[in-house]
Amino acid sequence: MQEQELPVAIHVEDLVVGFGRRIVIDHLSLDVRRGEILGLVGASGGGKSVLMRTVIGLIARRSGKIDVMGSDIGATPGCRTNQAAQKWGVLFQQGALFSSLTALQNVAFPLRENATMSDELMTEIANAKLEMVGLTSEDGAKFPSELSGGMTKRVALARALALDPAIVFLDEPTSGLDPIAAGDFDTLIKTLQKTLGLTVFMVTHDLASLNTVCDRVAALADGKIVAIGPMSELLRSEHPWVKAYFHGKRSMMLQPKVM
Amino acid sequence: MTNEPLLLTSANGSALELRPTGSWTVGNAAVLEQLSASIAPQLARAQSITVNMSGVRELDTLGAWLIERISRHFADGGQHARLVGAADDYIDLIEELRQVNRRHDPAATKRMSIADRLERLGRAALAAVLDLSAFLQMLGAVCLATFGVLRHPRSFRLTSLVYQIYRVGWQALPIVILITFLIGAIIAQQGFFHFRKFGAEAYVVDMVGILVLRELGVLIVAIMVAGRSGSAYTAELGSMKMREEIDALSTMGLDPVDILILPRVVALIVALPILAFIGAVAALYGGGFVAWFYGGMSPVTFIARLHEAISVTHFEVGMIKAPFMALVIGIVACSEGLRVKGSAESLGKQTTTSVVKSIFLVIVLDGLFAVFFASIGM
Ligand SMILES: Nc1ncnc2c1ncn2[C@@H]1O[C@H](COP(=O)(O)OP(=O)(O)O)[C@@H](O)[C@H]1O
Ligand SMILES: [Mg+2]
Repeated sequence: MQEQELPVAIHVEDLVVGFGRRIVIDHLSLDVRRGEILGLVGASGGGKSVLMRTVIGLIARRSGKIDVMGSDIGATPGCRTNQAAQKWGVLFQQGALFSSLTALQNVAFPLRENATMSDELMTEIANAKLEMVGLTSEDGAKFPSELSGGMTKRVALARALALDPAIVFLDEPTSGLDPIAAGDFDTLIKTLQKTLGLTVFMVTHDLASLNTVCDRVAALADGKIVAIGPMSELLRSEHPWVKAYFHGKRSMMLQPKVM
Repeated sequence: MTNEPLLLTSANGSALELRPTGSWTVGNAAVLEQLSASIAPQLARAQSITVNMSGVRELDTLGAWLIERISRHFADGGQHARLVGAADDYIDLIEELRQVNRRHDPAATKRMSIADRLERLGRAALAAVLDLSAFLQMLGAVCLATFGVLRHPRSFRLTSLVYQIYRVGWQALPIVILITFLIGAIIAQQGFFHFRKFGAEAYVVDMVGILVLRELGVLIVAIMVAGRSGSAYTAELGSMKMREEIDALSTMGLDPVDILILPRVVALIVALPILAFIGAVAALYGGGFVAWFYGGMSPVTFIARLHEAISVTHFEVGMIKAPFMALVIGIVACSEGLRVKGSAESLGKQTTTSVVKSIFLVIVLDGLFAVFFASIGM
């Protein structure tokens, strides 16, 4: 198991992704280190979700190389995600819960498909995950259409974490949560990262999460990573878009706490 | 690297020490569950337990939960469970799991009592009544919208109507022609085959003509339209309902019935009679072909017989039914679409219901018309 020793969990090199004539990701390179929480920021519609979906093999790339935990993604369609699926959990921007299953069943689903255990234990684990993300067992019996936006996000997170994967991809996990819930969420991510050695790839606009939980922050602009490093470094970046992002009116409200 | 999980036990008097080792992770779930079940008898005998975590190489939520479950079962008996030697990294996770699954929900398995069964029966009966009322409500809403349009013709969505006619009429033509042609041919073939025995081949033309024009042409076409276009209406409106698009329309002060439903229903009412007419002609062609090639009856003879056999009345009887059937299909499809709840499953269920119900109602309607026309002598 020499891949355990690799210091890089996700390696993206010279990636190009586009739709029709429009290039969304333009020769982008990015490394996510094992065990770190990487925050990705970028303009709305700037291609953050596209980057994430390409890395997990849902969108075909034009060229470039993607390597997640030693497996080449998207090189051989078909067998691509199967082995890798156990290694990662994904929280989609819209939650993507299975609408015909209850919240609890949604969380138990990956357990049922990928592990052998009794139904009783499965329910306990699924319920534990739900409680860990701040829901109650009553919420577990609800169907996705009966959940609020924030609850949907939490159930989706619980589902992404069901198998305790090595990497989790989170697409705007805290958007739609109240600040307290978002804070709890950050703490949870941090705890899981510490205990499970989780690598987290997180698309977020939440400046507080960027500050408190992210080890490094990458800024995506014009289809490229224009700045990457700890938050303090990004705050000092000279790139105009990064400057506008972190030193805009809204961001300034949060700054004094940090600096 | 020894990843095989083990649960070593050593008893010291009434004190039991548990030493889990190896990978306590979800990949080993089956083994782990067995291990933790296997020590139950020892646990029952022990007075106090110590869980020594120093041998654990990997731990995830599942492993931590199993260990927590052991000590919790034990602690429930009033005794004391102690955890030692856990690596710093694991403490937080174990602490986290201490908090969960504390509340037992009684949701488990409830037996069905007689009262429950009666309640179900009652609900089913009520659902049937609600079905009827949903149909009538939609019919009412469409009528109201029609009056609205008659008063302000400008408000009618003409573009939408034309597009819907294109979809449910024009695009359905090939399949309707193909199927009705085949049906006509089959009826004629059967007719020749059986009528030949008593030399009544000439009457095959009567049978094909009357059957196709009065009953089968419109009925087959209506059933096909219900399956093809009715299901599409239900699925479209249902998924719009699911994604709150219909709510969005209402909040803009627009009536979904005006915008979405009226054009669809009117499109069906326009398209179905045309399709039924074309279908009937195609079926007659099918019958004629078979008469020519199988029955040995020349086209000229066939047409001459047809002239004698059928009258405009037969044609009228068929065509009068068509718009009513279209109305039923449209209303059922739209009202079922709006009854879709949040889940993908309910969309599928409502679409099935829509098709089954509209085919059923079309056939019932056909029966009622048969009685009606018989009593007025048509
Ligand atoms: N399936 C698709 N087909 C065409 N264009 C797409 C598709 N998915 C995303 N895009 C385009 O790619 C760009 C980036 O989208 P996205 O990654 O979702 O933005 P964000 O950074 O807000 O997550 C947008 O301009 C969007 O219109
Ligand atoms: Mg996005």
